[in-house]
Amino acid sequence: MSEQIQQLQAVARDLRCLALQMIQKAGSGHAGGSLSAADIVTALYFSALNVDPQRPDWPDRDRLVLSKGHGCPIVYAALARRGYFPVEELWSLRKLGSKLQGHPDMRKTPGIDATTGSLGQGISVAVGMALAAKLDRASYRVFAILGCGEMQEGQVWEAAMSAAHYHLDHLIAIVDYNGLQIDGTNAQIMEIAPLAEKWRAFGWRVWEIDGHNMAEILGALAEAKQVEGQPAVIVARTVKGKGVPFMENQVKWHSSVVTKEDLERALAELN
Amino acid sequence: MEDRIPNNRVAYGRALVELGERYPNVVALEADLGKGTQSVLFRERFPERYFPIGIAEANMMGIAAGLAASGKIPFASTFCVFASMRASEQIRNSIAYPKLNVKVVATNAGIEIGPDGATHQAIEDIAIMRAIPNMTVLAPSDPVLTTRLIHLVATSDGPTYVRIGRQDTPYVYDGDLKLELGKAVLARPGTDVTIMAIGNMVCRSLEAAEILAKQGISARVLDMFCIKPLDEAAVVAAARETGCAVTAEDHNIVGGLGGAVAEVLSSTLPVPLVRVGVRDTFGQSGDSEDLLRYYGLTAEKIAEAAQASIRRREALRRAR
Repeated sequence: MSEQIQQLQAVARDLRCLALQMIQKAGSGHAGGSLSAADIVTALYFSALNVDPQRPDWPDRDRLVLSKGHGCPIVYAALARRGYFPVEELWSLRKLGSKLQGHPDMRKTPGIDATTGSLGQGISVAVGMALAAKLDRASYRVFAILGCGEMQEGQVWEAAMSAAHYHLDHLIAIVDYNGLQIDGTNAQIMEIAPLAEKWRAFGWRVWEIDGHNMAEILGALAEAKQVEGQPAVIVARTVKGKGVPFMENQVKWHSSVVTKEDLERALAELN
Repeated sequence: MEDRIPNNRVAYGRALVELGERYPNVVALEADLGKGTQSVLFRERFPERYFPIGIAEANMMGIAAGLAASGKIPFASTFCVFASMRASEQIRNSIAYPKLNVKVVATNAGIEIGPDGATHQAIEDIAIMRAIPNMTVLAPSDPVLTTRLIHLVATSDGPTYVRIGRQDTPYVYDGDLKLELGKAVLARPGTDVTIMAIGNMVCRSLEAAEILAKQGISARVLDMFCIKPLDEAAVVAAARETGCAVTAEDHNIVGGLGGAVAEVLSSTLPVPLVRVGVRDTFGQSGDSEDLLRYYGLTAEKIAEAAQASIRRREALRRAR
């Protein structure tokens, strides 16, 4: 295993710990979906994204739209570790007056490119950003992370259609396909499979990967950047609660309260 | 303006083209109703900056948000019903909450649209849009005001909803009209009663003022094209100086201009207010003028409302 991958795995572990600490201190938040996206978020912020934490408004930066906005703790952790704001700021999550809202707020948090949280909407915003990049012949890319339950929103498919229509090859979507949502599994609530085929049918280049295999994530992101003439989507198979065995694949860890005891146990398991 | 612009939709389309010439970052989006909204005029001139999004209003609002977040000034057009209701939550969460500089210019307001019937007659859009924080809500009356207004919104930052009617409209103003957001336009001075109107009801309110003048009643007519932020000073001044008021709108009397004016009056200087508008009922198919008559949106009805408002003021004075 390469040194880079080992380093990124360590970063992902650290971000998972931070996210759980934040959620525990906040008294609410979405642990399961933060953990499932941890490796993807790590690969983006610590490798794939061309960003400058000193200049969060740099016009040529790559954008990241967290369309599954409830997963923001893991992104906040990444932003803090990249130096967008002090790590201590993380402990204000969801508190009155905080920069760190319960769902991402582009006006309050340095490094957050889009206000999201209402599922299905972020991907449209990402399409708009990629359209602007195309119009300006700019070099930046727009990345969007979507949830699997989010695939049930019709707007996702409106957005998918429009991205292909406008040949937005600077748009790379990543689906955090952990298979669970608030009320049960995707299969119980509303089946979204076959997902890769759906995206393909909508005109996207599709990769199917293990969303916890850092090498696969980096490889897919690198290949997706090379695509020309169409948008790219990485369907990343993930495990909700990944990294903390007692949370893994448990529907209840979508947004259950993380107690002090839960946190201690989780941190012990992560380390 | 050299040639007469037949209606506010064409005024919008032409103004949009002028904006496109002046500002390279003005872009237009359309949900397959460009021939109705007249955003097609922009497509003809600037095809590379015109984005058909298809029949997908929710996605259109999100894309507009993304464009605005990237420094563009997007004008997103469709009919009022679909902009304000199909895509209401997208406007709220993707545009208004992050305060993005998106201009939603929606046409075919009110029952005036006629034969398409209730599904296409937006009578709730003002109520919905003005309840959303950060939104500026505008409803121009004639082609001169519409033209000025579109230029004005392009240079004022922030999420905006512009409500435009479908039918041909007489000119109310000449080219000298001065326009400022948050300031009502005094369309006719008067001292006995104030009629506050928007959109297609402004010219009818001026006709009502003529009818009233023949009866010796001096009616002030205010064009309340800026519903939010509302010109509270003008409303209070009207209450103080004329002692009674009428609102006139091709919109539900619930939550629209009438609701907005009632909110201001009841918390500042309560005076009798009669609201002319659609009386909390859905419209139906019919000829435009027939519908306006059927739902009581005529100069005659506005004049009657003014008389009723004056009678209530006098009754209150006698009671004191």
